[in-house]
Amino acid sequence: MDATRTQRQPAGLTALASSVKFWRAVGHTTAHVALIVGGFVTLIPLFWMISTSLKTPASVFNFPPQWIPEPVMWDNYHTALVKIMPFGLYYINTTIITAASIVGKVLSRAVVAFAFARLRWWGRDVVFILMLSTMMLPPQVTLIPQFIIFRSFGWIDTFWPLIVPAFFGGAFYTFLLRQFFLTIPLEMDDAARIDGASNLQIFARIILPLSKPALAAVAIFTFTATWNEFLTPLIYLHSKQKLTVALALSAFRGEYSTSWHLLMAASLVAMLPPLLVFFFAQKYFIQGVVFTGVKS
Amino acid sequence: MGMAASRIPWYRSRRFQENLSGWIWSSPFTIGFVVFIGGPMVASAFLAFTQWDIIRAPEWTGLANFQRLLFEDELVWISLRVTTVYSLMSVPLSIVLGLALAMLLNTGIRGLQYYRTIFYLPAVLSGVAVALLWRWLFTAEGGLLNIFLGYVGIQGPGWLTSEDWALPALVIMSLWHVGGTMVIYLAGLQGIPTDLYEAAHVDGANWWDRTRAITIPLMTPIIFYMFVMGLITALQTFTQAYIMTAGGPFNATLFFMLYLYRNAFEWFKMGYASALAWVLFAYILALTLVVFRFSRGRIYYEGDMRGR
Repeated sequence: MDATRTQRQPAGLTALASSVKFWRAVGHTTAHVALIVGGFVTLIPLFWMISTSLKTPASVFNFPPQWIPEPVMWDNYHTALVKIMPFGLYYINTTIITAASIVGKVLSRAVVAFAFARLRWWGRDVVFILMLSTMMLPPQVTLIPQFIIFRSFGWIDTFWPLIVPAFFGGAFYTFLLRQFFLTIPLEMDDAARIDGASNLQIFARIILPLSKPALAAVAIFTFTATWNEFLTPLIYLHSKQKLTVALALSAFRGEYSTSWHLLMAASLVAMLPPLLVFFFAQKYFIQGVVFTGVKS
Repeated sequence: MGMAASRIPWYRSRRFQENLSGWIWSSPFTIGFVVFIGGPMVASAFLAFTQWDIIRAPEWTGLANFQRLLFEDELVWISLRVTTVYSLMSVPLSIVLGLALAMLLNTGIRGLQYYRTIFYLPAVLSGVAVALLWRWLFTAEGGLLNIFLGYVGIQGPGWLTSEDWALPALVIMSLWHVGGTMVIYLAGLQGIPTDLYEAAHVDGANWWDRTRAITIPLMTPIIFYMFVMGLITALQTFTQAYIMTAGGPFNATLFFMLYLYRNAFEWFKMGYASALAWVLFAYILALTLVVFRFSRGRIYYEGDMRGR
């Protein structure tokens, strides 16, 4: 493509082309400088966090700041995560809630999206518009009545209020998956149906395998959102053995508000799962963000 | 075929079977809508007109809650103002910054994916851990931000303990997550046909002309979408205020959601808190409508030109 374009250019434009090249190089250098400075600003809070988490209480406030801790206090992690609070238990609690939410959201959103994208039924368009309109509704409006419902079930201080809603409702991810399912040719369903396949078989053998990137995006976003969620667990979970990582950090902050070396150690460990998932599944994150942002 | 169809009972007819499976497959939504959205909304609308401490039965008080929050409760207005000021600072700033970063990355420079990874990284982190990290960074004595400001000869403010600087501090913190939107702008920029730029180049348009005449107009749908979504999210800010400032100092960061939370779950004024929730909903809706109205005719849709 480039070759044909150069051929068509009149000879007099060569001078222009080389000046363009020069300015492009200047532009690129400026862009690199700006981006490196920006990247530095982005990452420095995390470096500082790691550094603080490995310091002695006395050297935390040293001036000039000590970037490489001396001595390196690995023991801070043991103090914060084992001695002061049973962080392992909170990790398990949060993992249970997060894993169940992922299963619930991926499954229910995919099933409903299948109904909207692949099935013909009376009332479909009305229900679809109803679903889209719930996207406008801020969760605060339903926060209090939901609390009352779950309270009447006797579910306060259990994980159920944090898990069960994931299996029902939903608008955003359902819409996302529906859009994705619509890109799969309908002829594939028809062919399978002629061969006697049921809806369930079409869903499980054709639609789901072809939608892996979209399903992965839903799973990953649910993972980070649930792992970091604070308000809902704050409302529902109270006893010490039931806390999530976020709640435990909040309680920890109350008691050790100036022990920055311990607070940073605990916070860093709390951030670890999203960070790890990001590094291993970065492709799906970026794809998913782009799909949600641009396509809808 | 016609004969056979007339003989089978209605519940085995093809149309009924299709409708049935449609409703079964969509039932996770419809059940969820009735139990977790529709029902609670009706309940919430009712509770907004009651006084209820969650222990005794709700007591109907008519418009008393709304009268109180509109005319007597100063904190409602303070929290609405705090929330609005924060949103109107953080959302436009993050759009400008996100778009600027995306444009830098879209110049065809090398190392795109490394920069993108670095800038996107904070977007996966949120909640209490991030709030604690920034509380440490904003600490007046020994906090990293004031150390850096000290290097360039500026005496940094007390940030989170200062009535004037606490809210701007939270805005600065929100910009750390700009990479999440940057990725979307970048995808949008990459979708702009290069022949448009080449044609403009031949016509002698400089960088600024091209940005103004091609990039920005073609990006307006995405910018608009991100503005609306960003606004709705920012108006619901809670965790930062709860963890970093507890609404202080002197209510300078009393976000609406924090005030709602306190009413509902610390003081158990469920009726009043329900009324507050509806006020927030109405406010978000009104602001969104204003944005839609303002953007009318200012957004460029591809279909206008290409007749797709």
